[in-house]
Amino acid sequence: MKDILSELEDRRATARLGGGERRIEAQHGRGKLTARERIDLLLDEASFEEFDMFVAHRCVDFGMEKQRPAGDGVVTGWGTINGRMVYVFSQDFTVFGGSLSETHAQKICKIMDMAMQNGAPVIGINDSGGARIQEGVASLAGYAEVFQRNIMASGVVPQISLVMGPCAGGAVYSPAMTDFIFMVKDSSYMFVTGPDVVKTVTNEVVTAEELGGAITHTKKSSVADGAFENDVEALAEVRRLVDFLPLSNREKPPVRPFFDEAKRVENSLDTLVPENPNTPYDMKELIVKLADEGDFYEIQEDYAKNIITGFVRLEGQTVGVVANQPMVLAGCLDIDSSRKAARFVRFCDAFEIPILTLVDVPGFLPGTSQEYGGVIKHGAKLLFAYGEATVPKVTVITRKAYGGAYDVMASKHLRGDFNYAWPTAEIAVMGAKGAVEIIHRADLGDADKIAAHTAEYEERFANPFVAAEKGFIDEVIFPHNTRMRVCRAFASLRNKKLQNPWKKHDNIPL
Amino acid sequence: MFDKILIANRGEIACRVIKTARKMGIKTVAIYSDADKKALHVEMADEVVHIGPPPANQSYIVIDKVMSAIKETGAQAVHPGYGFLSENAKFAEALEAAEVAFIGPPKGAIEAMGDKITSKKIAQDADVSTVPGYMGLIENAEEAVKISNQIGYPVMIKASAGGGGKGMRIAWDDTEAREGFQSSKNEAANSFGDDRIFIEKFVTQPRHIEIQVLCDAHGNGIYLGERECSIQRRNQKVVEEAPSPFLDEATRKAMGEQAVALAKAVGYASAGTVEFIVDGDKNFYFLEMNTRLQVEHPVTELITGVDLVEQMIRIAAGEPLSITQDDVKLTGWAIENRLYAEDPYRNFLPSIGRLTRYRPPAEVAAGPMHEGGTWHGDAPVGETAVRNDTGVYEGGEISMYYDPMIAKLCTWGLTRDAAIEAMRVALDSFEVEGIGHNLPFVAAVMDHPKFISGDMTTAFIAEEYPDGFEGVTLPETDLRGVAAACTAMHRVSEIRRTQVSGRMDNHARRVGDNWVVNIQGESWPVTIAADPAGSTVSFEDGGTLRVSSDWTPGDQLAHLQVNCVPLVLKVDKIPGGFRIRSRGADLKVHVYSPRQAELAALMPEKLPPDTSKMLLCPMPGLIVKVDVEVGDEVQEGQALCTVEAMKMENILRAERKGIVSKINAGAGDSLAVDDVIMEFE
Repeated sequence: MKDILSELEDRRATARLGGGERRIEAQHGRGKLTARERIDLLLDEASFEEFDMFVAHRCVDFGMEKQRPAGDGVVTGWGTINGRMVYVFSQDFTVFGGSLSETHAQKICKIMDMAMQNGAPVIGINDSGGARIQEGVASLAGYAEVFQRNIMASGVVPQISLVMGPCAGGAVYSPAMTDFIFMVKDSSYMFVTGPDVVKTVTNEVVTAEELGGAITHTKKSSVADGAFENDVEALAEVRRLVDFLPLSNREKPPVRPFFDEAKRVENSLDTLVPENPNTPYDMKELIVKLADEGDFYEIQEDYAKNIITGFVRLEGQTVGVVANQPMVLAGCLDIDSSRKAARFVRFCDAFEIPILTLVDVPGFLPGTSQEYGGVIKHGAKLLFAYGEATVPKVTVITRKAYGGAYDVMASKHLRGDFNYAWPTAEIAVMGAKGAVEIIHRADLGDADKIAAHTAEYEERFANPFVAAEKGFIDEVIFPHNTRMRVCRAFASLRNKKLQNPWKKHDNIPL
Repeated sequence: MFDKILIANRGEIACRVIKTARKMGIKTVAIYSDADKKALHVEMADEVVHIGPPPANQSYIVIDKVMSAIKETGAQAVHPGYGFLSENAKFAEALEAAEVAFIGPPKGAIEAMGDKITSKKIAQDADVSTVPGYMGLIENAEEAVKISNQIGYPVMIKASAGGGGKGMRIAWDDTEAREGFQSSKNEAANSFGDDRIFIEKFVTQPRHIEIQVLCDAHGNGIYLGERECSIQRRNQKVVEEAPSPFLDEATRKAMGEQAVALAKAVGYASAGTVEFIVDGDKNFYFLEMNTRLQVEHPVTELITGVDLVEQMIRIAAGEPLSITQDDVKLTGWAIENRLYAEDPYRNFLPSIGRLTRYRPPAEVAAGPMHEGGTWHGDAPVGETAVRNDTGVYEGGEISMYYDPMIAKLCTWGLTRDAAIEAMRVALDSFEVEGIGHNLPFVAAVMDHPKFISGDMTTAFIAEEYPDGFEGVTLPETDLRGVAAACTAMHRVSEIRRTQVSGRMDNHARRVGDNWVVNIQGESWPVTIAADPAGSTVSFEDGGTLRVSSDWTPGDQLAHLQVNCVPLVLKVDKIPGGFRIRSRGADLKVHVYSPRQAELAALMPEKLPPDTSKMLLCPMPGLIVKVDVEVGDEVQEGQALCTVEAMKMENILRAERKGIVSKINAGAGDSLAVDDVIMEFE
């Protein structure tokens, strides 16, 4: 009996070594941790329970039958993050470069099926050279099995991808369909075709980092939601994100004890909006001052900065925040910001996370590049996402809410539950200058008259009260009381029930 | 006494004057420009008058506008504060004509002391010690030697037309005087075409020490001790204290009596300051007299208990001084640090904008001001005093139109050491966010050995920080304190995280006791044992620290006791750790589990990019235009691009010669601080 037990010990030890000491060293040499080390840092200490440690591939071509390492290049299982269950797979670059075989894919599929069944997030750590070429189409089939599960799990359990090494070709489409992608600067890249093929086909000379590094995907392509300095930091911050998320669509977003006053007054907010309507201010200050303990987890921080998305807690409960950022492009909506916010709103709605919308929007960005790029349909995505969302929706208009953009930004008309405005809010079809030039076209040549008309228009419409008279604004609130008002609003909506009509699924203008 | 006074100033000094006026039951009138609509002094005053657009030369210093504000409100007297119109004889004249009292000296005294040459002449006539020198023409080297001997070495040989160090020599003996005379003369002839030379005493180890005087209109005059203001940056005072750690009683008395003699010589009647330069042997020489309330007046108030503004108002109302020289007692020590909106890490570049957070330390009343009943406000009483004179508030704006001073933080203690320590703690508790400011720098000065020993000269900053300020490195004992504090705070945060809803029953995460604290690359393995009263942090390499605190996650200021010694830390979250600011240091602290620490050690160290070949955006703003193209060779000082920030166009220039290799931003792009605008080969 003792021998049998020790054989298990030995087999486990071998499996844990993955591709062996030399390859582990090489992995470290690249500034990367190994698959198991990453799991150690992602999960609570000693909480990881592994599946399929001894799975090996079944390929007999190209001499593959001589090398059948236990685990087959991916470590899978479940564990806890602050006591809450998550499923995880972590590709092992030290075994066949983390390449995906039929059995490797089966291991991933197994935990994904369990995650969906048991209602817990899936966190995938990607570090793979791609398909296992030796297995040919069996490997491709494996990818597709994973893809299909990503699709089925979407909206059922949160799916988070950490790209911590190469992720190229078809492999990119699994992370692409998950809810969040995080990358590590300098040691990860994602692309459909690599620099060599790019050079052959288009003659463009580009490095892997430039083509698909963390900076590229967080600033230019918006494929990734965040970039971190190294593996340790990335894993710690994903743990922090998981603290914000519900485990599945069957449960409410998490609540945790908080050390902050729901009634906290922030007098400095009374001077946040500058006197000159064209002077920008930092909307992040408002978000941080509203949030419990000033804690804000920003999503897509470096992309389409004219809109801010991310998570905060109010009275301990997770709330998604969407906010126009007047510091960038005056906070206007455009193709990129509409897409960014729409996807975020849909994530929140899918997982019952209430949405706080902070509005200071002068309208949609004009221009040929926007129109040619299809701003109509992209803007419609955000409109659609807000309109279909059934989660609690609280909106605060701080300054401008002009034109169609006013409608889009979680207005009363899109089933906003609480629509507040600061006294500085201006809810109108457009700014005074533009409006006057249309209404009083006849007086365009007379500067004095136009100035008088503008003043008159501002007096009449550059305030929240016209909208409040019609009930489009529920209440005009003092900026310094915003945290209290918003906390109370969400507290009152904890039992909100709202159902959209039955449909197979909607047809959002993708 | 007056019923109503107008304060012809803004900012902290306007607020300061209002406080005393209130105490005396006098109504106040504030004036304000467009930029100050929401300023603190406007909020504090009983009446306010708008006097024009933001630039001071269109508002605060336009005499007619101030005069009409006086007329409009019926103010009977005007306090000018400092700067602006405070030493403007024309303004004093206008007030006289309008029969409004000027809370300051008579016009004649302002005029007499306003001119450097006249004031020196008056000082000499009043037997006030001035820098010895020979103003006449010096014929030859031998005469120069003779004069030098009369003055006493070391002497400075200067070209009359000189400037910028040219034609200037210091001589310590006859030989050097002879040579110096000749070379100065030659240099002067070549550089300025004017070879006239004069000689004066060279003051070694100069310190800036000034005497506060108070005179009434009835011929009484007293001095209230001195203030030492040697710590200056480019002639701007940064740290002041009273008394001076350098003076003895005899010198103080001599300087004080001369200062009063000078004031009397010009018929002075108000608070005034006589500035001296003092050398290493305690010889002192008159520099100039400031005929107004000084910025640094609070340190004198704190050690004498005399409310200088009150005295000024009483004197202006014609009251005789109620204090005699014998009544003046200097008790304890007071220090003032001037908090400026100047970024010490960017060569003290002014930083303007919104104060997203402004929480000064709580004021504490103690010392002569408290005992003498001249303390403003209702601060609790303590052993050491904390006083903060300020004109801003959280959510307010530091405007580009005026002096970038945020606050004057003062502390008082029975001894100099106590005052310094109180200042350190007060600085640690002073929260200012949203703009760059010199708080880390003054905190560094408070810990500088030369400052602590009182051994400083006016060259202190130039000599001790020749390459600017690069932050503070804390001594190991302090770092251990921070490490222990962070371990305790991290533990609290982590335990709270385990209390999130949706946990698996019976499989809770247990927060460990073993941690590795990493501060700026250095690691300390520790074990923490918590009990209801606090925690004991044991370092693996020996030593334990006892930490207690009521800190909870989200608190940006942690008040801790480490081994029963108070420690105040500013705490911010950064990915995976804390940003800790204390004693002028700015630290990244990570508290790792042992496994995390082991793996973190494998992570490559990422060096910050070499920015010497990049043009970084110095402020958030919009690129208005880019003046160069890729491949252009640029010269030092050449304009590279223009960034508009706060409606001001800032031209960014090349720091050195180079070739533009890459341009990352174009006109219309809006950039954040430190975004790379262009790179050079």
